[in-house]
Amino acid sequence: MGRIVLENVTKSFGDVEVIPPLDLTIEDGEFAVFVGPSGCGKSTLLRLIAGLEELTSGSVSIDEEDVTLVPPSKRGLAMVFQSYALYPHMSVRKNIAFPLRMSKMEQSEIDQRVEAAAQSLNLIDYLDHKPGQLSGGQRQRVAIGRAIVREPAAFLFDEPLSNLDAALRVGMRLEIGELHNRLKTTMVYVTHDQVEAMTMADKIVVLQAGVIEQVGSPLELYRTPRNIFVAGFIGSPKMNFIEGDEAAKHGAKTIGVRPEHISVSDSQGEWSGVVGVSEHLGSDTFFHIHETGLAETMTVRADGEVGFKHGDRVFLTPRADAIHKFDDKGLRI
Amino acid sequence: MAIVAQSTRYGKVTRTILAWAVGLLFFFPIFWLVLTSFKTDADAVKPEFLFFFTPTLENYLNMTENYDYWRFATNSIITSIFATVFTLAVGIPCAYAMAFNPSRATKDVLMWMLSTKMLPAAAVLYPMTFLTKNFLGIYDTHFLVIIVLSLINLPIVVWMLFTYFKEIPKDIIEAGKMDGVNTWGEIREILIPLAWGGIASTALLCFIFCWNEAYWTVRLTTTEAATLSKLIEGNRAPEGLFFGRLSAVSAAAVGPIVVLGWFCQKQLVQGLTFGAVK
Repeated sequence: MGRIVLENVTKSFGDVEVIPPLDLTIEDGEFAVFVGPSGCGKSTLLRLIAGLEELTSGSVSIDEEDVTLVPPSKRGLAMVFQSYALYPHMSVRKNIAFPLRMSKMEQSEIDQRVEAAAQSLNLIDYLDHKPGQLSGGQRQRVAIGRAIVREPAAFLFDEPLSNLDAALRVGMRLEIGELHNRLKTTMVYVTHDQVEAMTMADKIVVLQAGVIEQVGSPLELYRTPRNIFVAGFIGSPKMNFIEGDEAAKHGAKTIGVRPEHISVSDSQGEWSGVVGVSEHLGSDTFFHIHETGLAETMTVRADGEVGFKHGDRVFLTPRADAIHKFDDKGLRI
Repeated sequence: MAIVAQSTRYGKVTRTILAWAVGLLFFFPIFWLVLTSFKTDADAVKPEFLFFFTPTLENYLNMTENYDYWRFATNSIITSIFATVFTLAVGIPCAYAMAFNPSRATKDVLMWMLSTKMLPAAAVLYPMTFLTKNFLGIYDTHFLVIIVLSLINLPIVVWMLFTYFKEIPKDIIEAGKMDGVNTWGEIREILIPLAWGGIASTALLCFIFCWNEAYWTVRLTTTEAATLSKLIEGNRAPEGLFFGRLSAVSAAAVGPIVVLGWFCQKQLVQGLTFGAVK
């Protein structure tokens, strides 16, 4: 069980309020991802749940029990840090066993659980190594092992993949997803990478300056972003925003169209422009179009086979049902 | 190329000579001391016996037989060990709190601690002797010496430990919290093992400072808790003629600490240059 409820939570560091009053519920078994640009308060929010930061006001409860004043060691949560935070003076085995030893569990039970965790994380051959002898990916797996042996009420991940290289990150992303499917335990995951958020989450919490901009499933956020910030933050490449007359035609201050919802042609279309940089990914090509008279640059996603060259004049047509409209406050119409 | 190679070689030779010169300069008083300790008091003041003399163990035998060297040595050992242990027992939690839960006042507290070292000891000599003798009745006790030695060294010990602890990533301590350890557990299971090298060199330096302390140990003791510093002081005859005896006492007082220092060179260098190199 691991239902986490934040009520009226605020956090200030001195005179600086990093989290204005905020309410949030994370259901039992849910994979919730906090995402936002750096400095948006997502890590602080996670640390408030962990108990590593004290609340300025409000309350945190886990499974209906108020833990606002409970120290982190008694909250029954496990955390995986960006820096792995393994104990460098202990072997992998001792690292994983540490939380169990601290809870005074019997040695035979500890051994059994450590073995099982090491087995499932492919760490069996490294049990007697020190963390310093392991690669980044292995270290992160040890950190995860240390978290899972305790069978916590919820897992907290603080940007766990940021220190890994790109290929490893994709692999670990899958492993964590797999882990969640297997354990069905609540996971709260902080990242600044919207791709991680989209691929892993059941529920995404988009934060900006400590304020929750939107909460929803990945597809909800993608399809119906509540405001310009969420629209621009979710989705890659970023949504194109157009203001002025073109937006007014749709009765909005700003309209947004995702690159994948614009078709490109050499003969006809609603808008026209000149091809700038093309990014070829093989399966897709991203064209950066200039001189459209709508926005400085517009990004269009086309099939990998489409072969426009730098300087070609092209025509763009947005998909009518995929135009997002925003009012002068930036809110969705 | 050749010129460069030559100039670096000259530089190397010059540096070596300089290093030896400085080393010998520092070593000479010790050498002199040891040499004199094997001379008779009469020979010790005669320039013609500077290097060539008939060595004698008389001074050393005299010292253990007549002056009760071992009692002073035992007092030195007891007070230095207990003061070091006590200083660490207070200093570790203190430095831990400041390193991992700093407040806005932490920097000021550190500065304030250091500022206590700026007070001239002589300024409080009268209140210290008066209070301990007439009010507290702890004059010339091990307890007093241990407390005084601890308090003298506490600021520098906290500073050193703080610097070492600062180098431990905060995440590791927080991981400990998440793994269910309380504050003592964090100190015992994580902090001390990780900062072991730093704590050991701090302890060593603290021990040496305690052992060598002379101002207070001489003035706050008479016989019961008198340390080796007091023994040396006691042999400083006003006539100034007993150089051989004085040297033997001094050599026997600094001997143990020199040997200890010799074996722990690595830790000491680490301790003395703390924070200088990462």
